[in-house]
Order: sequence, then C-alpha cells, then structure tokens
Amino acid sequence: MSPSGAEFIRQVKAEITETDPRDVHELIGNGVAIVDVRESDEWAQGHLPGAKHVPRGYLESRIEGVVPDRSQRVILYCASGNRSALAAHTLGHDLGYEHVESMTGGITLWKDRGYEVEQPKTFTAEQRERYSRHILIPEIGESGQHKLLEARVLLLGAGGLGSPTALYLAAAGVGTIGIVDDDVVDLSNLQRQVIHNTARIGVPKVESAEETIHALNPDVTVVPYQTRLDASNIMEIIEGWDIIVDGVDNFPTRYLLNDASVRLQIPVVSASILGFDGQLSIFKPYAGPCYRCLFPEPPPAEFAPSCGANGVLGVLPGTMGLLQATEVIKLIVGAGEPAIGRLLLYDALAATLGEVKVRRDPECPICSRDPSSITDEEMGVFPDYEAFCAAAG
Amino acid sequence: MLRASVGGAREVEASGETVREVLRGLISAHPATESQLFGGDGELNRYVNVYLGDEDIRVLDGLDTAVGAADTLVILPAMAGG
Repeated sequence: MSPSGAEFIRQVKAEITETDPRDVHELIGNGVAIVDVRESDEWAQGHLPGAKHVPRGYLESRIEGVVPDRSQRVILYCASGNRSALAAHTLGHDLGYEHVESMTGGITLWKDRGYEVEQPKTFTAEQRERYSRHILIPEIGESGQHKLLEARVLLLGAGGLGSPTALYLAAAGVGTIGIVDDDVVDLSNLQRQVIHNTARIGVPKVESAEETIHALNPDVTVVPYQTRLDASNIMEIIEGWDIIVDGVDNFPTRYLLNDASVRLQIPVVSASILGFDGQLSIFKPYAGPCYRCLFPEPPPAEFAPSCGANGVLGVLPGTMGLLQATEVIKLIVGAGEPAIGRLLLYDALAATLGEVKVRRDPECPICSRDPSSITDEEMGVFPDYEAFCAAAG
Repeated sequence: MLRASVGGAREVEASGETVREVLRGLISAHPATESQLFGGDGELNRYVNVYLGDEDIRVLDGLDTAVGAADTLVILPAMAGG
C-alpha cells in the first residue's frame, strides 16, 4: 500500500540531513549556498540574506545555474521545512549533490528565532518602464538600477556644473540628491544653468532645482541645503553621502571640501571650467590622489579668475557636468574605469580631450595621514598658511 | 591667464634641452608668464603643474627633466570655476 503524503515526507526526512536555523545563521556568508525553493510570490515577501531562489518546480532544470559545483555545501529551505526536504532528497539522491541539507522549520522558524529577513528589491511597473533603457544595458541592468535608486549623491552648487549633473542624475534615478547652494537664480545664470528658467529669477537655486527634479522624476528625493559651505557646517552636511559632486566656483571651498572628504573618506567627482577649458578627475580618498596631491596650493587671486569675472562658454559646464554625472553613475554601479588618478582635460576650442596622470603625493599634508588625525582647525588651510600669517605679522 | 600672457595662443614653440630651459625660453619670448610660472626662489609655483606628455615633471626629474625636440609640455594651472 502506498504511504500517505505525510508518511512519505517523514520517510524522506529520515533519509536526508536537516539543519537547525541557528546553525544556518552561523553559516551565512561562509561559502555555503542557501537556496530558497518556495514559489516566486513567497520569495517576494522576503527571504534569508544572501539566498538564491530556485522554485521547487524548476529545481532540476535550474539548480546547476545557481550551484554548479556538486561538491559545494547546499542548504535548502522553504516555508516550514517539507518542500525543502523533498528538494534535498532530489538533489542528493537523483542529481548527485554531495552535501545537501534542509533547514528545519523553514523560514517560519527562522523568523520565530528573530533572524534577519531580506526584502527583495522590486520595481514598480512605472519604474520598469522609466528605466527600461538602463535595464537593457548589462553594465547597469536591474541590480545597477536598484543601486542608483538607493544611492545618495551630494551636489555642491546648483550652478553651471551642478545644473546638468542634477538633471541627468535625477533622470537616471539616483534616489537621493542633496544640493548645497545659497544663491538665487539670476538672469545671467540662464545662459548655462539649465535646471532653472526665466520664471524662477529671484528664487533660491535649491528650490528651483528641486522643482525641476520633481517634475522630471518623482522617484528622486531632494535634500536642499540653502547655505554656503564653510568650515563650520561642512562636516555635518557631507557626512553620510555616498559621493560628492564638486562644482564649486572658488578655491577655498575646494580645499575645504578636499580635506573634509578625505577625513570622512567620501569620493569626490570634481570638475572645473573656465572659458573654453574644462578639467575633471575623481578624488577617491586613499584609493587615489586627493586634490592637494594635484594642486598643493591655490593660485594667488590675480591668477585665479572666475567664470563670473572672465566668462565661460555656456555649453562647457554642460559638457563637463555630464562627464561628472557619467563618472558618478559608473562609481555607483561599479562599471568601467573611473577617472581616478587621471585628470581629463577638455579643450572645447580645439575639440580635444586629453589626460595627464595624477599620483598620490607621499608627502601630501592631508591624505598621507590617518583620516582621524585631520583636525577641524587645519581643514581648508593652505600648506604655507601659518608661515604666511606669521610673515604678515 | 597664461594664454593672455602669450597673446591668446594655445600652443607656443620654445626650445631647450630641459624643462627649465624650455620654460626660460618661453619667458624670454613672453615675459608676462614669468610671475605665473616661477616663484622668487626660482622654483615652479605649486599651483602650476607641468607635464611632459602625460607625466608630471615632479615625478620625473623636475625642471631638469630632459626634453626632446618633438616633445610637448603641458602647462596646467589650477582652475576653480563652476
């Protein structure tokens, strides 16, 4: 006489190895394959951290794609431990997997024990459509788009460089964009600062930028800082951001930002523009040079013209800002070769893009040191600042 | 600013066996460049980088770096415009 279903499961469990959730919890991240054999709707409700998903109905056809090595230790689980026991029996007896176990009590017991459950990331139908052209390219794909949506990028300035960068990062679905700018929109800005418009003249730039971003992509949360970045607020403002985009228009703030970002170990995607020329590099603390390694000192004021005083081709910050946005996206999704240790030089009149090497300075006053040793007092100060002040009496 | 000192040119010709000689040649043709390139101590200003090809002369032999007839020096001032 054939056994009942319950009896059959008991027989199967007697022939396989069962492992308690407590032991599975210890094994997570230790090279053991954890496989969830439940249905897709159950998986979507949450699963064990780092688990792979192979519904039991597809077990035989898909397991090799997830666990190609039959000698690897595999732990299967389901809701309560029955389906995973049957699946473990199949893998062990029929498919030749050598170390297969089933987790006792399934994810129900796992949760009862208070262990962590990972929520799978999903797109809404609208997101799937909005980001479809990203999802299609392998370098981004679904996982890259999730990373973009979870990323936090801080833009310093909603001006020439910040405008195009903010627009394209928002369009790309960078989930949280911070913007620091204390200025209001001026008519002379609109030749290049395309995130603003004529109706917003006199409106704070952070407010204008936020409005444009929300109209473009409601997925994006904007964190506005209507203030000027200085030594008193920089640590508080930049802490907790994944990447900083430097588009500030003066040297003291660039040095201040460098020192604070090295201290907090936040990568800075930096660009600067003047006339028809643009420079771009990524300063990733301790992985590459910092801004002080490249330019140990700022030029004196008479050799440091600004766009306001000397003019700039309106398209140029667009070009450079979008190169910055490209580097930001590459850093977030981990694609390609980031511009670390290289300074890109764009000459708009000559239509050339060149590059020079930038090396870490072993004697850099900032990044040759332990980040925790950098003090508030020395941030943004130039190397010869004290000598200069002493000489000035 | 350097360009203004050489009459707006993007590239200028100068000759010399070393970086120092080439830069001195530039200065004798365009005296206004001197204070931008060199400090009172005769050393390059720290806010100006000079590259032979794509390599910073500071990691080569500095101002004594040998220069060939076909080499290009890139003189790069720091810029802060945004």
